[in-house]
Amino acid sequence: MESNQSNLHNSLLASEADSQRTLYPYVTGTSVVAIKYKDGILMASDMGGSYGSTLRYKSVERIKPVGKHSLLGASGEISDFQEILRYLDELILYDNMWDDGNSLGPKEVHSYLTRVMYNRRNKFNPLWNSLILGGVKNGHKYLGMVSMIGVNFEDDHVATGFGNHLARPILRDEWHENLSFEDGVKLLEKCMRVLLYRDRSAINKLQIAKITEEGVTVSQPYSLKTFWGFSAFQNPTVGAEGSW
Amino acid sequence: MFRNQYDTDVTTWSPTGRLFQVEYSMEAVKQGSAAIGLRSKTHVVLACVNKANSELSSHQKKIFKVDDHIGVAIAGLTADGRVLSRYMRSEAINHSFTYESPLPVGRLVVQLADKAQVCTQRSWKRPYGVGLLVGGLDESGAHLYYNCPSGNYFEYQAFAIGSRSQAAKTYLERRFENFTNSSREDLIKDALIATRETLQGEKLKSSICTVSVVGVGEPFHILDQETVQQLIDTFELVTEEEPPAPEPAPEPAAADEGGAEQGAGAEQGAAPDEGVAPMDI
Repeated sequence: MESNQSNLHNSLLASEADSQRTLYPYVTGTSVVAIKYKDGILMASDMGGSYGSTLRYKSVERIKPVGKHSLLGASGEISDFQEILRYLDELILYDNMWDDGNSLGPKEVHSYLTRVMYNRRNKFNPLWNSLILGGVKNGHKYLGMVSMIGVNFEDDHVATGFGNHLARPILRDEWHENLSFEDGVKLLEKCMRVLLYRDRSAINKLQIAKITEEGVTVSQPYSLKTFWGFSAFQNPTVGAEGSW
Repeated sequence: MFRNQYDTDVTTWSPTGRLFQVEYSMEAVKQGSAAIGLRSKTHVVLACVNKANSELSSHQKKIFKVDDHIGVAIAGLTADGRVLSRYMRSEAINHSFTYESPLPVGRLVVQLADKAQVCTQRSWKRPYGVGLLVGGLDESGAHLYYNCPSGNYFEYQAFAIGSRSQAAKTYLERRFENFTNSSREDLIKDALIATRETLQGEKLKSSICTVSVVGVGEPFHILDQETVQQLIDTFELVTEEEPPAPEPAPEPAAADEGGAEQGAGAEQGAAPDEGVAPMDI
């Protein structure tokens, strides 16, 4: 009787050990920032991959094209992002295999991602990412976000993680509908520079991607000019009582 | 005991390379009351003839809304038609749940055809006894498909299935070249005339036909009976004045093409030798 019970107990424990979920992320990427501009969408992110607070990887591409009309940027767990990319590769492959002239646009991909993210959170096994999905199809610009629990929305400019706190206030002040490509890139670089200064996980190696009706281009990695001599950087905790 | 050695099983070939059970299922489509579909660049109109089973009963519904952008008209076994339209509805709604965008018509039709094909290749199944005219609107415009129990499907500018559909097809073949640029109203009018052709002299009334429309800015819907009656009344006034002049004119020119079309149509949509029973009796 007793051995039976302990067997039962063991089997329960075993089945619990068999299914491990992501309880916390391991290698993470920080903010992604994206805006609509005159001809399409611009997206920027750095290439860092943090192992906890260690800046472990320095060449992680966190912006990827999806099909012909969409661009995906991700922050959060890098391996989960890679899994999402596998899902999307399959999705786009099967879509192309119809070979009937129809294709998934950014709106459809965004909706699909929302379902995947929310479905995984309902299994208590979330994909630990914040995703930004941008694209252009049939003259319509599209820009939206999905969180790791499936919260989703569209906006003219979006940012994940720290970008929400540091980049979006800048975008709210300076973004407008008719930004040229050059001005859009300048605006994103301004955001990325602030993030570089104030987000300890950000690194000075970034990519900017552009998607228009003509297609996708992701820039080569490059770095921003910085100036660390500002007086506010000398003793950042002055006036911040309780900090050290 | 058996009149035909090769027709007791869906999956059994005859030595002449035919599957009799599949041909019989296509025969069931011809037995059903007629259904008609035609399309322009922007609209699709589906119409059908409603036949009551007995004096005491009402008729069965033959046109179904699948989604806001897709509708279907059936001829043959209504019960099978309902099963297939339920399948189509569920495919459409699942697609709009996942992608928040309407399912392309062509893709739905392929899935439907695959479903019908499976039934022709499994010994424990039977083919569906229903033909479906699927009309819909998507990114690439308006589409009309005919889906056959054999698992074949074809895209059409205009088509008719069911009993006495040949008369409607003849009418449509004479006029289909103008349909692309037709207005919604002209399309409905042609649908009603084609429907009337299948009635063989019986008077066209709104009580014995159903008309439905889907198009740009217009979700799929079935016109209500009063509207249909009004349309019939207006166009019958017109037919008394109009047809003698314009209709005979295009006929000689179109006759050759019509003949060719007809041959092709028979080869694709229906049994190869229409009118002749597909088996040796």
